[in-house]
Amino acid sequence: MSTTTATHHDDHEDHGHPTGVMRWVASTNHKDIGTMYLWFSLFMFFFAGALALGIRAELFQPGLQFIEPENFNKLTTLHGLIMIFGAIMPAFVGFANWMIPLMIGTSDLAFPRLNNMSFWLMIPAAILLMASIFVPGGAVAGGWTMYPPLSVQNPSMGVDMTILALHILGISSIVGSINIITTILNMRAPGMSLMKMPLFVWTWLITAFLLIASMPVLAGALTMLLTDRHFGTTFFDAAGGGDPVLFQHVFWFFGHPEVYIMILPAFGLISTIIPTFARKPLFGYASMVYATSAIALLSFVVWAHHMFTTGMPVAGQLFFMYSTMLISVPTGVKVFNWIATMWKGSLTFETPMLFSVAVVLLFTIGGFSGLVLAIVPVDIQLQDTYYVVAHFHYVLFSGAAMAIMGAVYYWIPKWTGFMYDESLGKTHFWLTTIAFNITFFPMHFTGLAGMPRRIPDYALQFAEFNMISSIGAFALGVSQLLFLYIVVKTIRGGKLAGDNPWETVEGLEWTVPSPAPFHTFETPPTVK
Amino acid sequence: MIKRTIFSLGAAFLSMFAVNSHAAYALNLRAPATDIAGQVYGLHMLILWICIGIFILVFGLMFYSIFKHRKSVGHKAVQFHENHLLEVVWTIIPVIILAAMAYPATKTIVAMKDTSAADMSIKVTGSQWKWAYDYLDQDVKFISTLSTPQDQVHNKAEKGENYLLEVDNPLVVPVGKKVKILLTASDVIHAWWVPSFGVKQDAIPGFVRETWFRADKTGTYRGQCAELCGKAHGFMPIVVEVKEQADYDAWLSAQKDAAAAADAGADKEWTKVDLVAQGEAVYNKNCSVCHGATGAGIPPAFPAMTGSAVATGPLEGHLDIILNGKNIMPAWRDVLNDTDIAAVIAYERNALGNSTGDFIQPSAVKAAR
Ligand code: HEC
Ligand code: HEM
Ligand SMILES: [Cu+2]
Ligand SMILES: [Cu+2]
Repeated sequence: MSTTTATHHDDHEDHGHPTGVMRWVASTNHKDIGTMYLWFSLFMFFFAGALALGIRAELFQPGLQFIEPENFNKLTTLHGLIMIFGAIMPAFVGFANWMIPLMIGTSDLAFPRLNNMSFWLMIPAAILLMASIFVPGGAVAGGWTMYPPLSVQNPSMGVDMTILALHILGISSIVGSINIITTILNMRAPGMSLMKMPLFVWTWLITAFLLIASMPVLAGALTMLLTDRHFGTTFFDAAGGGDPVLFQHVFWFFGHPEVYIMILPAFGLISTIIPTFARKPLFGYASMVYATSAIALLSFVVWAHHMFTTGMPVAGQLFFMYSTMLISVPTGVKVFNWIATMWKGSLTFETPMLFSVAVVLLFTIGGFSGLVLAIVPVDIQLQDTYYVVAHFHYVLFSGAAMAIMGAVYYWIPKWTGFMYDESLGKTHFWLTTIAFNITFFPMHFTGLAGMPRRIPDYALQFAEFNMISSIGAFALGVSQLLFLYIVVKTIRGGKLAGDNPWETVEGLEWTVPSPAPFHTFETPPTVK
Repeated sequence: MIKRTIFSLGAAFLSMFAVNSHAAYALNLRAPATDIAGQVYGLHMLILWICIGIFILVFGLMFYSIFKHRKSVGHKAVQFHENHLLEVVWTIIPVIILAAMAYPATKTIVAMKDTSAADMSIKVTGSQWKWAYDYLDQDVKFISTLSTPQDQVHNKAEKGENYLLEVDNPLVVPVGKKVKILLTASDVIHAWWVPSFGVKQDAIPGFVRETWFRADKTGTYRGQCAELCGKAHGFMPIVVEVKEQADYDAWLSAQKDAAAAADAGADKEWTKVDLVAQGEAVYNKNCSVCHGATGAGIPPAFPAMTGSAVATGPLEGHLDIILNGKNIMPAWRDVLNDTDIAAVIAYERNALGNSTGDFIQPSAVKAAR
């Protein structure tokens, strides 16, 4: 793959570059690869979203209507896995690709060919995940957490395909993280000290370390699962001296940092957007950096808060409760900083800002429900109920996914050279926010009232709220088609954006033309 | 058009809240029936109100800023970006609030974990997809499974009041007594959860975990399995009946009499017709989840009974797999009595499309154990 076969432009200084399919397959350009990541993520978002609508269709009314219980479990599992590994994480990598070199004033990532590999590894993994639906026995059905013995018991090849897919995605993430860390630490424009980096770059630097530390742990858990399934080991089987709970410890040692992997870059995006539309600098830059680092470190000592019902000693429950509660301190600092950034600004509410403000507000609701869940006695009541489903959708959908949408509106003028349609963007925002809350807010109530998660059918007292949730979900799903339409429309033309479409924005990315040319910052700018 | 959609959605949403006095729109934790559940309820309310307070304060400020500090009302940005005192203050205050939450929570945790001085102990075993209850030192044990008819699940019949939350044999306990639950599982992880008791504990195969409750009020309390355990995870409820001590004692001796009668039944000589008739009930209750009500199974994971080499082959092999299990097929040795095992064998061999004509007597099952 080192030489391009299609058009023979081996000279990389040349401004021509491969065209057609090879431009993408053999690409070593951070912008092209970023674009591919973003499209990939959007596709997977729709795919996993369609699965979610399958879930919500079945839950529209009590009784079994469309989906047999085995298949229902496959839907929830694949929905979760694909949203996490296929939609949210790749979207952030897409932003990292596009924006980090532009933000730190360098021409590309440190290892462009590795970058190509990171992306193209995603494709076989995605195919394995999606194809597992069609093999005999079907896709994984044990929840995205894949706890044994259930996932050892399931004889389907689909489970093995998923394990393989996650291994591949893990390699892709680790390679990508090494690339990002190397780029950030070595290739900043002269004068850009670490403490002058845009906050998005900071959050990605920290996220990349989290990825490198946590993905191998997942790989270990999955490998043990695989050998338990096929080679007679008994890591997770008490009959052979193993322990099913061991898997949960190892899994969540990965799993909790993983949730911060999905939210820290979103914090970075919000911290970039809010100052632009408040027309004043980010409040408490240094404390934002420290808070992000503190969250990252703490995220490695809270994992067992997912396991309060497994039966831990009192000391264990207390330790994990206190450490989890502690995370809300740096998280609170961030929220306060965002609001202080808005305070006494000169605020305008273009679509990216609307999304950012909504993220601050709705993510905080998710943070509060997280605090409720940190309190062990309350968690014991709420663990594995719809309350938890509400909690993590407030942090993942209205935290991560909506931050991503806002950032797309923010930078799409830079990517395409055209402004998006502001009134359509605002419509998309309001539809998404309203439908999101109709879908997920009632889940707090069903969870409190005692509805377990991962069930295809439920008792009659949950019927009303489930119907509301399902109506909201379909509205939410359909609203996202509008997002697709807006993105495509912007790519195809519109009002010219100019180098800097946002009045007072700072940052090196706004000093290059729009659309950003194929090569930028071949000679680094100087930062004062 | 879009405005109208938003409007009608909003209206639909609001209209649904208009009737929220209706019990169906339950908004909060279920009414506690134990002291622990009461503490959990109180803790949740405490934290909820603290969170709501902080939320109103913080987002009140945000919305104030959104309305007052906007460019369209002519507000000019004030360029400040640091205030160390403020930053220290809003780091310290949350720590204090958290400590105030942690203190009562810690007390409840310690109380929840105290399984000492129990009045009685019950061993609970989760398995796909039923609960087995074994009253230790009482020689009373039984299986508890969902009793909601399949027709209701498949929308062919009107759903009853306790749809999916009803079982054939509820757990029965005396009021005011500390009941210790020893929890385990035979196949995958399950979780035994009764919301009104504030009890949820994973049942882990190969390990025994403990939890406890002391119900203050008589009544019927319903819960569900709370850990994904396979396809019928949504269909393995828990029902606990809390009775006055005297009623409980009467129930207990009735259970013992029934067990003795079943034992006696094992020694008598049964006819094929009677065994097949009893076998149908045993099969539908215990086996049809995996092997199908018609015996078709769900190949390849769950083999068909119709035409099965084992169920139409030698009797010893048939008896062996039912007593001892194999891979995912559970062992029924400790779950079903001799009569039930003989009956289900007779049923599988002479119904479900099979007709080997042979069967074994309960006494033979007893001998084979
Ligand atoms: C949890 C699901 C499950 C339940 C419940 C269950 N079985 Fe099975 N059964 C299986 C599986 C899986 C096999 C195949 C075991 C193997 O060969 O690995 C099996 C095999 C069998 C076989 C041998 C069939 C053959 O052709 O190999 C018989 C007979 C049988 N079961 C009878 C019963 C009876 C009787 C009951 C009820 C008392 C019952 N099963 C309940 C899962 C179940
Ligand atoms: C259209 C929007 C969405 C809808 C309607 C939706 C709906 C649901 C529902 C109903 C469940 C619960 C299934 C169950 O427990 O029975 C679920 C689970 C889950 N969702 Fe979503 N979801 C959406 C978007 C997202 C997004 C953006 C993410 C981001 C990562 C996400 C991540 C998850 C995860 C991790 C699970 C847990 C899966 C499991 O139980 O193993 N979802 N979703
Ligand atoms: Cu966690
Ligand atoms: Cu279960």
